[in-house]
Amino acid sequence: MRLLLATMLLLLLGSTTGIAAVDRQDSTEIAHGRYLATLGDCGACHTNPGGKPYAGGRPIATPFGTLLAPNLTPDRDTGIGAWSDDDFIAAVRDGVGHGGERLYPAMPYTYYTRMSRDDVAAIRAYLATLEPVTNHVKSNQLPFPFDIRTGMDVWDWLYFSPGKFKPVTGKSPEWNRGAYLVEGPAHCGLCHTPKNFLGSDENSQALQGSALQGWFAPDVTGAAHQGLGGWTVDDIAAYLKTGHNRFSAATGPMSEVITDSTSRMTDADLRAVAVYLHDQTAAPAETASAAPDDKTMHAGAAIYVDNCAACHYGNGSGSPGLFPNLQHSAMVQSADPTDLIRIVLEGTRSVATTGAPTGPAMPTFGWKLSNAEIASVLSYIRHSWGNSAAPVSADAVASQRQSLARGED
Amino acid sequence: MRRRDLLAGTALTLLLAASGQARTISGALPWAPDAADPPRVVKPGGWQFFTPEEGAALEALVDRIIPPDPQWPGAKDAGVAVFIDRQLAGPYGSARGLYMRPPFQDGTPQQGAQSPLTPAERYRQALAALDKYCRSAFAGKAFAALTDGQKDKVIDGLHKGPLRLEGASGTAFFEQLLKNTREGFFADPVYGGNRDMIGWKMIGFPGARYDQRNWVERHNERYPLPPVGITGRPDWAMR
Amino acid sequence: MARRLPSTDVVIIGLGWTGSILAEQLTAAGLNVVALERGPWRDTATDFPPTYAQDELRYHIRHDLFLRPAQMTFTFRNKASQTALPIRSWGSFMPPNGVGGGGVHWNAETWRFLPTDFQLRTHLTQRYGAKFLPEDMTIQDWGVTYEDLEPCYDRFEYLCGTSGKAGNIRGAKQAGGNPFEGPRQRDYPTPPMKQPYAPTLFAQAASELGYHPFPQPSGNLSEAYTNPLGAAIGPCTYCGFCEWFGCGNYSKASPQTTLLPILARRSNFTARTESEVLRINLDRSRKRATGVTYVDSNGQEWEQPAELVLLCAFQLFNVHLLLLSGIGQPYDPKSGEGMIGRNYSYQVTSSVDAFFENKNFNPFVASGAIGMCIDEFNGDNFDHGPHGFVGGGYMGAVQTNGRPILGIRVPKGTPEWGAEWKSAATKNYLSSYECATHGSCYSYRDMHLDLDPTYTDRRGRKLLRITFDFHDNELKMSQFLTDRLAEIVQKMGPHTIEKKPRKGPYNVTLYQTTHTCGGAIMGTNPNTSALNRYLQSWDVPNLFVTGATVFPQNAGYNPTGTVGALTFWAADAILNQYLKAPGKPLVQS
Repeated sequence: MRLLLATMLLLLLGSTTGIAAVDRQDSTEIAHGRYLATLGDCGACHTNPGGKPYAGGRPIATPFGTLLAPNLTPDRDTGIGAWSDDDFIAAVRDGVGHGGERLYPAMPYTYYTRMSRDDVAAIRAYLATLEPVTNHVKSNQLPFPFDIRTGMDVWDWLYFSPGKFKPVTGKSPEWNRGAYLVEGPAHCGLCHTPKNFLGSDENSQALQGSALQGWFAPDVTGAAHQGLGGWTVDDIAAYLKTGHNRFSAATGPMSEVITDSTSRMTDADLRAVAVYLHDQTAAPAETASAAPDDKTMHAGAAIYVDNCAACHYGNGSGSPGLFPNLQHSAMVQSADPTDLIRIVLEGTRSVATTGAPTGPAMPTFGWKLSNAEIASVLSYIRHSWGNSAAPVSADAVASQRQSLARGED
Repeated sequence: MRRRDLLAGTALTLLLAASGQARTISGALPWAPDAADPPRVVKPGGWQFFTPEEGAALEALVDRIIPPDPQWPGAKDAGVAVFIDRQLAGPYGSARGLYMRPPFQDGTPQQGAQSPLTPAERYRQALAALDKYCRSAFAGKAFAALTDGQKDKVIDGLHKGPLRLEGASGTAFFEQLLKNTREGFFADPVYGGNRDMIGWKMIGFPGARYDQRNWVERHNERYPLPPVGITGRPDWAMR
Repeated sequence: MARRLPSTDVVIIGLGWTGSILAEQLTAAGLNVVALERGPWRDTATDFPPTYAQDELRYHIRHDLFLRPAQMTFTFRNKASQTALPIRSWGSFMPPNGVGGGGVHWNAETWRFLPTDFQLRTHLTQRYGAKFLPEDMTIQDWGVTYEDLEPCYDRFEYLCGTSGKAGNIRGAKQAGGNPFEGPRQRDYPTPPMKQPYAPTLFAQAASELGYHPFPQPSGNLSEAYTNPLGAAIGPCTYCGFCEWFGCGNYSKASPQTTLLPILARRSNFTARTESEVLRINLDRSRKRATGVTYVDSNGQEWEQPAELVLLCAFQLFNVHLLLLSGIGQPYDPKSGEGMIGRNYSYQVTSSVDAFFENKNFNPFVASGAIGMCIDEFNGDNFDHGPHGFVGGGYMGAVQTNGRPILGIRVPKGTPEWGAEWKSAATKNYLSSYECATHGSCYSYRDMHLDLDPTYTDRRGRKLLRITFDFHDNELKMSQFLTDRLAEIVQKMGPHTIEKKPRKGPYNVTLYQTTHTCGGAIMGTNPNTSALNRYLQSWDVPNLFVTGATVFPQNAGYNPTGTVGALTFWAADAILNQYLKAPGKPLVQS
């Protein structure tokens, strides 16, 4: 602990010698910073929808309460205009704020630490070119005792491993680029890696799916049923670029990631991410799930043919780019059926991008199907056409219906 | 708007400006969860528009227009009177959305109905006049108490014209009644008629099923699936 | 008191098919476009999802998607000697409402007119002599040729993904297509739709009689398709809830499926819904439009100034707005002067019912534009000399629906109620069939639109008055087409057929088609038209008018394909010519 603090002090002291890491007059440097900000999807939290870019104020829901993302515009009083480059780098890579306070890991410094100082400095250079906006944001809206930041000392000691990304020998440059992106700026694990009770990543189950904000971010490893095992590298890249591929469509919180971040990544970077994800197969071999009983399958089949087949087709194959394929679908076969239940209850809209502008939507079935009926049809889908996932209970549907009605994330 | 709605959809700009301007769409297609305008399910039981006497007369009327037979129920058992009752209690009954501004003048048949009467008013008026006629012509009996043969004769008289109702048009009433009876027998059961999809089963119509791709090129073959309504069919339940 | 908004480059009145096409074309060129739509926003998953779209009572019978007559209707009479009375509830045609307009609930029957249709008067006069035409028939040449429009038809069909089989590719006849169609540069973007039983029987019977049946071109698609703008359209599922209904699974070509997702993403495009345009405003000279005045759902009036005004509403509303705005001169049938309201036409349809023993047609396996048709008796595809009429139409077995409330068919003479009716309805539902003809409707001196003297809307504005009836020419044509159709139907093997040719007088209570046409027609001469060949108003050069409004007369086909093509034609003229010298006429009058 002391060592850690000492190291931090050194870093801070070191920074006051003011080594200029970035040439602010170099437009390629600024463009590089802008691209990195896109990779890091900074705007997803720091731009309030309908508000000025990076002016902060957007509420971020965490299991411990709400935080408000700070103002990153160059405003000297309410933004980061008065920060040095090293202040900014310390915040992004080390989780240390301007006054030396610990940041909460809703700010994904645990991932951004993988970026180099130069890269983060380039982001700073880009942010410095934005229009300054006066917006005073009090970030810490957490309830007691989570609002005590010094608690983060312990958390960081337990869970934070700072340091730049180290390439893995024996893997291709493309794989390593993908690893850097996924484990670093793109911080996929923030949503897709399950968390322990203190909100830190369960590293042994990296990228194997996690619940948040009323959705379930699915397993994005190469696992056969619950992950992306049925997809090729091209499929993954296409999905990230346009929000759609021949199997599936992005929806829910992933829509924003696509529109604000991945759809603006280079094709090479998308391929790299895809290569890396496709290679993640550390998950234990999945055992086939028990089949639902006959009554459920019969009811589910009838509900399916009457309600679902007109878009998803009799065998679940859907229509590429329009209606997701229910076969080989991570969302369909996730151990946690939250997304399926939610989508059937409320409907959802898939993301619209330049490459795929239609953004087809699924209508709401909550008024039409009972909890038991939804449970039947989802259980049927999860056990048909080669799919294998546990049945869904009517109680699970009922409970989610209630929490959606209460407006709970 | 709930915050997760912002997360759930694409960024949308839906401006309901304080200046009161109409809805503006710019930047993305608008979408909201749970957005739907499904029909409200009619629950049978009691009359919402008709008096009990009117209801009895109507049940008797529709049950002659589409009568029961050994194979298939008639309009009464199919809930057609309930259907008509609920329709008249709602916007259809009050002619909502129609052009009901004066002056009302008679025109040619090609110009269409020019009556200020709403469907609800027409039923009320005609049923009262019919009741008066029946009691006078059939020794104090209401329409519902007549024999089937007598009922059919009355209906025929209304249809073809010779039976004149006092203060109401028998032919116009019959036209309305016939139309609504057929609607009630074959509309989706959600509206209170076509109970258990009996009308659809009778003729072989599959109801609200939306995917018939597998049947286009199966020529001259019987379609085997039972009908389904907007609110489902018995096979959706676990049995 | 109207509040003034900032000016825009283009204001579009009505966000249906033509409004959406023009908005896309002009925003792509960088112009700022504001589209005003009287009705609501409409979107597939929230307004006509396949969870409740399949509701015959609500949509077909209670008219849920259409404009409420209480908001706007028309008065109607057959002859000028009658008093026009309000259409209090829709019958003969169904005026659309809402974003997408008629494109939401159309059948998607996507035809091209014949080359001769565009030079109708010249052609018929040359072939039959001027005396062959009734003296009061006011048909005209359009001012454009089929060759002018061919690339535009192609663009509309590829926008929609139209499913069909070409009959003539650059002069080479194609087996299985329509041998009479004008030459096209390439085949349809997707293959023709699969056909149910009855159309295949019809095709067989027609072939045996020496005709050339072909699949009807369909905007409900045979397979998934991505259009040139990147919009994704799905495969039709033959649900039988097509015309009158919105499509629940993205498989009907509409502004929603083909254009609006792209338009909505453009920052230079804004749509305002629940905004009813009251009038097009003109400057002092009355020769320049300054924009429009509209009222929102709060009753507040707004003035939207614009450099270019595009009148893209449904045909009847377009003419109404021109009259209310005082643009051009209202037509007077007695003097023949005035171009606004002149040459109103419609469509002349008929049918043949057939009853079969031991046949199961599954009529509910249906789509708005499937069917097998023949075109031998359309336009001037046959010698009219012996017959004493002009015009024609396509005919075929078109299986759009088997919806029971309105679709039950019983043989003539069956009582309308009682046990016999019930039994006949049951017996004949699956084994009876209706084939149809879809005939032209030419224009006449006395068929016109003007403002009603008596009836007003809820704002006190005079309603549009329709004076229309079928003329002998059209009734003769309909009888002829029906007789030819009956011959084919007879060969299909029914035990009974019933011919139902169109009979006069025109009845505004019976649904026929929504193909009302004319009233502000295009042409080569301001003395005989309201618009030049580019759909630009002769009177107000910064005003263009689209839709079937511009048809000098109607041909024997559904109009939307031609409406779409003409819209692309006008878009090209605006982009390539008009914008180079804005405000100037493109044709010297």
